[in-house]
Amino acid sequence: MRTITVRRRHPAAGYAVVLLGLLLAGLGYAAVTGVGAAAAAAHSVSGGPLIAEGRSIFNQECSSCHGDFAQGTPTGPSLIGVGSASVDFQVGTGRMPAKELGAEQPRKPVTLHPQEIRALAAYIASLGGGPAIPTKAEVSTAGANPGLGQQLFVADCAQCHNFDGAGGALTQGKFAPALTKSTPRQIFEAMLTGPEAMPVFNNTTITPQQKRDIIAYITQTRTEPNPGGFSLGRIGPVTEGLVAFLGLLLFMVFAAMWITAKHGKAHD
Amino acid sequence: MSIDRALSGTGSWLDDRFRGAKGFRAVLRKLYPDHWTFLLGEVALYSFVILLLTGTFLALFFKPSMTEVVYHGVYTKLDGLKMSEAYASTLKISFDVRGGLLMRQIHHWAALLFVAAILAHMLRIFFTGAYRKPREVNWLIGLVLFTLALLEGLFGYSLPDDLLSGAGLRITQGVLQSIPVVGTYLSFFLFGGQYPGHSIIPRFYILHVLLIPGFFLALIGAHIFIMYHQKHTQMPSKGRTNTNVVGAPAWPYFAVKTTALFLFVFAATTLASTFVQINPIWIYGPYNPLAISAGSQPDFYVGFLEGSLRIMPAWQWVIFGHTFAFNVFIPALLPLGIIMTAAALWPFLEQWITGDRREHHINDRPRNAPTRTALGLAAVSFYGVLWAEGANDVIAQHFNISLFLVTWIARVAVFVVPVLAYIITKRICLGLQIKDLHLLEHGVETGIIRQLPSGEFIEETRPVSDEALAKLARPAPLPLPAGRADGEEEDVPPPGARRGVGRVKARLNKVLTESVPVNGHGANGQGDGHGPAEHGAGAEHVRAAIGSPEHEAQDADGHSGGQE
Amino acid sequence: MTDSTAGPRSGDSEHDGGPLPGQAAIGSAGTEPTEPRKRVIGTPPPAQARSMLGAPAPGTVGGPPVPRPRELPADPADLPSAKRAERVVAACFLIATVAGLGFIAAYVIFPVNTVLAVQHSNWALGLTMSLVFLALAIGATIWVRNLIPHVELTEARKPLRSSDQDREAFKESFEAGTDASQVVRRPLLRRTLIAASVPAALAPIMLLRDLGPLPGKSLDHTVWRKGLRLLNYGGNTPIRPGDFSSPGGMITVVPDGYQDDFNALAKAASIIIKFAPGQLDFTTANHPVPGKVVENWTVDNIVAYSKICTHVGCPAALYEQTTHHILCPCHQSTFDAVRGAKVIFGPATRALPQLPMTVNAQGYLVARHDFTEPVGPSFWERGSTS
Repeated sequence: MRTITVRRRHPAAGYAVVLLGLLLAGLGYAAVTGVGAAAAAAHSVSGGPLIAEGRSIFNQECSSCHGDFAQGTPTGPSLIGVGSASVDFQVGTGRMPAKELGAEQPRKPVTLHPQEIRALAAYIASLGGGPAIPTKAEVSTAGANPGLGQQLFVADCAQCHNFDGAGGALTQGKFAPALTKSTPRQIFEAMLTGPEAMPVFNNTTITPQQKRDIIAYITQTRTEPNPGGFSLGRIGPVTEGLVAFLGLLLFMVFAAMWITAKHGKAHD
Repeated sequence: MSIDRALSGTGSWLDDRFRGAKGFRAVLRKLYPDHWTFLLGEVALYSFVILLLTGTFLALFFKPSMTEVVYHGVYTKLDGLKMSEAYASTLKISFDVRGGLLMRQIHHWAALLFVAAILAHMLRIFFTGAYRKPREVNWLIGLVLFTLALLEGLFGYSLPDDLLSGAGLRITQGVLQSIPVVGTYLSFFLFGGQYPGHSIIPRFYILHVLLIPGFFLALIGAHIFIMYHQKHTQMPSKGRTNTNVVGAPAWPYFAVKTTALFLFVFAATTLASTFVQINPIWIYGPYNPLAISAGSQPDFYVGFLEGSLRIMPAWQWVIFGHTFAFNVFIPALLPLGIIMTAAALWPFLEQWITGDRREHHINDRPRNAPTRTALGLAAVSFYGVLWAEGANDVIAQHFNISLFLVTWIARVAVFVVPVLAYIITKRICLGLQIKDLHLLEHGVETGIIRQLPSGEFIEETRPVSDEALAKLARPAPLPLPAGRADGEEEDVPPPGARRGVGRVKARLNKVLTESVPVNGHGANGQGDGHGPAEHGAGAEHVRAAIGSPEHEAQDADGHSGGQE
Repeated sequence: MTDSTAGPRSGDSEHDGGPLPGQAAIGSAGTEPTEPRKRVIGTPPPAQARSMLGAPAPGTVGGPPVPRPRELPADPADLPSAKRAERVVAACFLIATVAGLGFIAAYVIFPVNTVLAVQHSNWALGLTMSLVFLALAIGATIWVRNLIPHVELTEARKPLRSSDQDREAFKESFEAGTDASQVVRRPLLRRTLIAASVPAALAPIMLLRDLGPLPGKSLDHTVWRKGLRLLNYGGNTPIRPGDFSSPGGMITVVPDGYQDDFNALAKAASIIIKFAPGQLDFTTANHPVPGKVVENWTVDNIVAYSKICTHVGCPAALYEQTTHHILCPCHQSTFDAVRGAKVIFGPATRALPQLPMTVNAQGYLVARHDFTEPVGPSFWERGSTS
């Protein structure tokens, strides 16, 4: 202690304290957060009949975790029966191929070309069937009813994804992702296949028309203008409270200081 | 001049009937001490005025009814959906009435600013000791106003009957229901039967626009009148004593300044309402008891209650066919109860412990009451941990921390952080006192170095200016209890302080009044603002060679007593 | 009362309709004012003419009152900078004027017929209104800081405590009044008054009795009963187990006929979850067993739980397929769906009640009977359950 006290007026003392503080804050934060995703490298494969192509891609990109015949291993579940829709969703959102094992596979930059994804999907579908990639007509929101979509969304989706599709926290480090970047087809596929922790909403539980209503609700909500001004991420009262303190109250403090300030005087 | 004409015309017409000349002259000439922290209460007041104005506008359009209607309006996404009239009329105000959205947003931002300003004002009063005699009653009125503000806000944001505030309503009902013996009755009486029923929105409406504003007007009136009658406190400064008021007269100074502040408050809330969206109920959708969203929080001022509910472990007793739902009514009642009760009792507790029953019209600098300031910050950090836990899922999501871990951290922090806050704040206050004393004893460093004939280098100091002297000087210590001479150590405590309650009181007194002593006396942080003459500090031109043994010895002497 | 001061300007005189100032022939106390006398130009006014010593000095008897010293300086100390400030303040007020007119124009010009139009209208109205207040506020602040001369005045504070005489006088008056009122002297009066006020005070409380019905046993039951179909909320269609066949599926269900009844839904809303064979931890008992799923109440590995969280009643609907956790987003109570929705974290103290299900003749999922325990938050009258 005495060494620290004696050096308290050293020119570098202030910097040392700040560095120590930063170090402690950083260590503390690292201790409690999950680690982010790693970057993916680009890849290209060409040629061959679709399923064969798919198999070759599978062997290169997926078999190490999912097994040589997609039967599953301790690090990756079986893909038999998951259907082309699952593959299109997982690979099309960049979640797969996973670069590291974690509580959750977040959306990442896509590493395979659309042609490759189709091939892979066809291969997996050939192994055991499962939900198919929806057609364009199936995911078209023309004529859909976003009001009905709203009712369904708040009853079955908002508790994880938030009214606005902003996402939410789940247990054990998992998250329901934000729906800001999901395409209508990806939303349809996610409902149909129940990726990771998400429940399965097959076509007899939530009909394709209802799915289209939900998609219309999601896409309309995320693109609609914010008439009241900047939306603060539509997070809600938490951010509004922060703005009230750090914006409004602080502004009032400055105004009060200005109003009552005495004219320039020498201060000690 | 037209002022003469107005005064002799209208003015004398009124005076003929009310004899107002003398009284109003006193109003015009009343002196108002000036400091920016004194304006925080006014910010709250003017936020309230804005709430009244915008609220009146909203009340002209809002329909406080839970009757189901089918929506047809500008917000086409919800077209054809069934919803309550309350929700539909709020959509109408937002989208179909020009200026309606602006008024709604101003109303809500003003409500947030209202509570934030009350909190800031309350903390200012606490940390400067302005709640002391003769202002204890005003402090209590202020606490009631704070509680009313929380309720008023809760009722207000529940009126649109949207999914977010409806979830909060469900939680309120669940909490109410859990109260032993009377819970279910309270819930059924408030909601007019089973939840949600059809009565709660109209009932909240009348509470929100009539009953509570009525209480507000009466209590705010009393609050301001008491302040007017007792005259405002003042900050320690040159020329200010406990028996005078220094300031500028109401007319024109205070009148113009307060008008400027009102305009700033209105400008700030309107700016916020133009550029920052608040409470977008159309995104939340109409309330449905089987729907809920992730990231549901109440407005910030209810946040700490929400956090208490989240932090509480599952704990209940079922005895003889009855349930004590501790997991619900403890978080609902205990944190708020502790804070409010402690706050209400504090002025009287402090009086009892310190024996200080003098009038105080000079504010303390927070550093000069280290224990009080430390206790206050411990309370603030307790409140803060609970408030942060209220947003635990938002924190977990945005900072990538596991959800349950956030709650566990909060469960530990709610006990550890206030203790840490107390210790750290106290050390900081004592440190600042040492710095002030150093300044008083050694004067201000001028940066001019002189070499003495003996070869030593010294830095010239000049005495502290009068202004700063008045600010830095410590208020006079309280006279010691009878039976002890000045400066005598407490080998034998006075008779009252030897056993039982007296002993506890003496111990508490020692802790509460702990401060860096001035000139070796046992000084405490309480007392009225006397001038510097009593201390004789800082007036001489003190020269000390920096780094010399005398300088070090001086430091050691000045700070040896009473410092832990 | 006669006016006893003379002089051309007497600030304390009452204008009693008598002689006008300057013409009053009043020079000494007690003299009644006479009719106004005409004065020849050039002659001194009557008061001066009477007095051989000239006009009395201000403040003395017969003289005018002491002119009050000017209370506040009229002009600020720094006049050039005050002139600059005046221009700035005037500019601010002009901006405010223009902005105010802009507000009126914006109100007329900007319609609110679409969401985007509302946004534009909000900007226009809000910007102009903010500018009005901001410009006025800034102008007012510069005005008080730079145009009004600075003063710092001091006045005494009297102790707030009343003087002893005042206190005595108050005490006397109060006691005199109390004595005179006889309320102390005549205990019969006093006691009967107190007696009368007790029921009068209780009357308003009695009036609140009909705020709502008594809870009775209504919290113990929901609308679920034998044979009532489970409807898939939203489309409100009945459900066949074959349709809800994907393991990991979850959906909100409501009782048939009550899909629009919020009072019913606030207790009866439920969720059904489909599991793969072998996942559920069954018990063969016909009543809830802690940590177990009642097998008789499931259909084809589909289990139904109340959606109303047992903490404070939010819908506990967040279902994680991989961990089979049911998470309530309000306060993070977490329930394990394969173990009878028992609580594994969070403030809830009781498992979500399991809804007893079976299939009816048409093959749709129906309830066997109501929940065997009250759903939702705890309450005093609730006895022990799981």
